[in-house]
Amino acid sequence: MISAPAKLATRDLDLFYGDFQALQKVNLEIPSLSVTAFIGPSGCGKTTLLKTFNRMIDLVEGCRITGEVLLDGEDIYHSMDTNFLRKRVGMVFQKPNPFPMSIFDNIAYGPRTHGVRRHSELEEIVERSLRNTALFDEVKDRLRHNALSLSGGQQQRLCIARALAVEPEILLMDEPTSALDPASTARIEELVCTLSEHYSIVIVTHNMQQAARISAQTAFFLLGEVVEYGPTTQIFSDPHDSRTLDYVAGRFG
Amino acid sequence: MHAVRERVAALLFGTAAVLCVVAVVLICLFLVINGAPALIHEGIIPFVSSTTWQPATDHYGILAMVVGSLYVTAGALIFGVPLGLLTAIYLSRFASPRIRRLFQPLVELLAGIPSVVYGFFGLVVIVPLIRQIFSVQGMGVLAASLVLGIMILPTIVTVSLAALDAVPPAYYEGARAIGASHERCVFTVIVPAALSGIVASVILSFGRAIGETMAVVMVVGNNVRLPTGILEGVRTMTANIVLEMGYAADLHRSALIATALVLFVFILAINLLFSLVRKRVRS
Repeated sequence: MISAPAKLATRDLDLFYGDFQALQKVNLEIPSLSVTAFIGPSGCGKTTLLKTFNRMIDLVEGCRITGEVLLDGEDIYHSMDTNFLRKRVGMVFQKPNPFPMSIFDNIAYGPRTHGVRRHSELEEIVERSLRNTALFDEVKDRLRHNALSLSGGQQQRLCIARALAVEPEILLMDEPTSALDPASTARIEELVCTLSEHYSIVIVTHNMQQAARISAQTAFFLLGEVVEYGPTTQIFSDPHDSRTLDYVAGRFG
Repeated sequence: MHAVRERVAALLFGTAAVLCVVAVVLICLFLVINGAPALIHEGIIPFVSSTTWQPATDHYGILAMVVGSLYVTAGALIFGVPLGLLTAIYLSRFASPRIRRLFQPLVELLAGIPSVVYGFFGLVVIVPLIRQIFSVQGMGVLAASLVLGIMILPTIVTVSLAALDAVPPAYYEGARAIGASHERCVFTVIVPAALSGIVASVILSFGRAIGETMAVVMVVGNNVRLPTGILEGVRTMTANIVLEMGYAADLHRSALIATALVLFVFILAINLLFSLVRKRVRS
């Protein structure tokens, strides 16, 4: 169904938390420059899979992985520096988590981490990242203010800007709107669509309307398995698996 | 029946609380009333700004002791803060749970050692060491600073550790997800986020160090003079009181109580600063 070479792919990915198997034989190909949504009930492995893409799963103790995760065809669990990987694969969390420092320093954190020292260059990056998330006009007069003084929606856009500041190729979003009000949610969704022109985006969501609105392909997860993966319109209008149909029709979950 | 019991309980607890407050008020009154004669005799400004301390001729100036206290306290912070802070960072973010379970109670145990033991340790270990290395008498600012530096470790470690542990995990994850190493994340995000708690630990240990008496008296030399070097003997405000209280009478006794009053003002200022920092943290 997807002809272009996959940006990100998994091959027979199994993941265990101790004795519990959280992912089973996941085979997915995520295309470049589009939005891919992961849907499914809580605890079905969506976030776990997302965290294997930037190896944030490494921080979880007692977690074991078999199989492959390929970024541009290269196995990220084999001889790849995790910090460099995370520069290429950015992440936005469920709850906005700006650092308790100024707006400027929040965005400059990533570039500084990866070696940008010149102030003029940092200023450029900060402005560009804030413009990319439509936040610049709202905060340009208070870049030195604490980021925690922003509203929830602004904080989440700041976190997206912070992730974009290191120029990643992929942006992973873990239910980025679940802690936000409807207006802020709409702004983030709009933003995701714009950003997909330049970034490959994978978004975990509990909100099926959201998946339908913004994603090009959707994967439906159940109990650690990918039940069905295909173009979003097909998943929602003509699912091949009866379990997918039950879920998108709202019969469980 | 129930209501009566509740009223009795409230009365009991209320009485306990009132007694605590009464104790503070009584101590304040005692210091002010008994210190007043010396302060009136010398004048408040000359009392704290003169270096002449001659009870025989009724001249009471405590500047040398104020400076001595500040020197020794500053020295304690210079030794204790970096050591304690790095220990707290290590225990909070680098040590394995096993090491932490072993180390943390040991550090806290330092707080339970009587101060006379610290003083004795300073007298038989640190003072001879300084005497050997620098060929001086040994007692003085440096010896007292080292002893106090060790004594304030548990305060710095415990309070800083609590602050570091309280930093939300989301900050750590956020920084790691941008590609920051564990070390970079700890020193650029976690420690700054815990800064107000770390500052609080420093303020608290300042109060602890400036008020310490026994351990200091034993190693500080007790010479009444403005120190010109860290190897010289000085006298702190606390040492002044404890050394002369035994035989002081009349104005001399009042001057010692006035010394305590000055110390009390220092502690009060420190506590005020501490609550200001804490208030800033909450907002």
